[in-house]
Amino acid sequence: MSGPLLELEDIHVAYGKVEAVRGINLKLDEGRITTVIGANGAGKTTLLSAAAGLLPWRGRAQYQGRDLARMSAEDRVERGFCLVPEQRALFGDMPVLDNLLLGAYVRRRDKTFVRKSLESVFEQFPRLAERRAQEAQTLSGGERQMLAIGRALMSQPRLLLLDEPSLGLAPTIVRDVLTRVRGLRDQGVSILLVEQNARAALDVADHAYVMDTGEFVLEGPASDLATDPRVIATYLGGSSD
Amino acid sequence: MTWDIMLILLVDGLSTGAIYLLAGLGFVLVFSVTRVIFIPSGDIAAFAALTLAAFQSRMIPGSIWLVAGMAVLACLAECTTLLRNGAARQVPRAIFFYAVLPLIPCGVGLAIASHDVPEALRIATTIGLILPMGVLIDRLTLRPLADASTLILFIVAIAVHFLIAGIGLIAFGPEGVRTTPILDGMVPLPGDILIPAQQVLMMVVALLLSLVFYLFFGRSITGKALRATASNRVGARLMGIRPERAAAAAYLIASALAAVVGILIAPITTMYYDSGFMIGLKASVGAIIGGMASYPITAIGSVFIGILESWASFVASDYKEIIIFSVVIPVLIWRSFAVHRDSDEEIEELA
Repeated sequence: MSGPLLELEDIHVAYGKVEAVRGINLKLDEGRITTVIGANGAGKTTLLSAAAGLLPWRGRAQYQGRDLARMSAEDRVERGFCLVPEQRALFGDMPVLDNLLLGAYVRRRDKTFVRKSLESVFEQFPRLAERRAQEAQTLSGGERQMLAIGRALMSQPRLLLLDEPSLGLAPTIVRDVLTRVRGLRDQGVSILLVEQNARAALDVADHAYVMDTGEFVLEGPASDLATDPRVIATYLGGSSD
Repeated sequence: MTWDIMLILLVDGLSTGAIYLLAGLGFVLVFSVTRVIFIPSGDIAAFAALTLAAFQSRMIPGSIWLVAGMAVLACLAECTTLLRNGAARQVPRAIFFYAVLPLIPCGVGLAIASHDVPEALRIATTIGLILPMGVLIDRLTLRPLADASTLILFIVAIAVHFLIAGIGLIAFGPEGVRTTPILDGMVPLPGDILIPAQQVLMMVVALLLSLVFYLFFGRSITGKALRATASNRVGARLMGIRPERAAAAAYLIASALAAVVGILIAPITTMYYDSGFMIGLKASVGAIIGGMASYPITAIGSVFIGILESWASFVASDYKEIIIFSVVIPVLIWRSFAVHRDSDEEIEELA
């Protein structure tokens, strides 16, 4: 019997004296989409950044049974733990192709691996193949999100953390992005999805947590939470997507 | 001004510009990867000149003790940090990179110092000795402050320059040196003009190294990883590119460029332990023209500064420096209008 892929216990993250994440417990099972929904400022992005090793945190955290406290952000990437951050963090002055090649940086010595990954990403996102010579900063919002996800997929990660992939995108593109997220899960990638767009997130996720002012207030199967009156009242009420 | 004089000034300016070009590329590289304006790179260039001069006069250059001392200190600092972070497994690697590798050229230098060896070996050993300097200076002084603001890094870099220049005085003494030219003789140009072969060499080397630089950053994945770190630090970390290794690579390349600068310039200019500062300062004007970001514009700016200097020393020699540094003012004004919003990598905005 194997444990969860990612397990967070009593995680605290603070900016100076202000605690943005207060005692979070999260279990993420392999091959599933787990989502964290909540309002702007609830601490979702802070939680993801800390989990990815970009912010200092307190508590216990394990990935594949290994202690995350002793892993740098770069160590995590080498072990297939990849974050696509809210701001995309693309290399704007570099061509799409170079952005993608750098996505496979940790596997750079295996040329066959890199070529196959590139083929597979171009197959999933044909638009990126068309724009391969274009600088990343000249892409549209939707294309940038595709590039950010495509770049993360280049190293063929086991766990993908997606921070607000729908942010700033038109509703039809949001649906497209989230369909692809589901496709990734079907290929065996485990996903931790953070979303403000609660309805869209609950549609694709298997399991969900609701975050409010630094704490998880609700947890359960995504389909249950989608019909939970408290969730509907607070997070789904005014949402039109 | 006759055609002859203009041509001579132009050649002179181009060869000086070649020096500023190499130093300027180093400035832009280190700044874009680490946000440090690496003023001590001028000192490193001067130390290269003094090291080669010492070898040529069969003396043991002070840089051997300097590099060996810094290597031991940097190795201790790195191992202490690793042990404190519970990463004992990485200690052998740290010892290899921070102590063993830098000590190899020190050993070679001691072995060849008092012997009559080919000039090429002296130059190679000099470059070998200079190569680790940037990385070691960074490890000992700037790395612990890697997260500080650009201004603090700049202030520390200036302080490090004074410290290094002081150590240079102890290591090399106050005398000025000139090395024997790598290429002797004169090259004839049309119109019965003769120019020193050494100046031609400076231009050719600068051109070749620019080409290598261009290929490295345009084609190799390591070069692209350095550009990625410069473009978006957080994005690069999320690809598994370690900023401290990117910084080490940047300092290594900048030191190599500084070594070449020192070796090329020493036959035509008398070099003292503190001569590097002025070279670095003038090269930084070229880098500022390039916005500390663009290699091609830095190259053009550096060559422009070289030609301007040669012209200024002919028509108004007393005002040479003033004229060169005055260029910074219109450039900064123009830059302040052309500035665009910085990259969106700030993690502080997350909440």
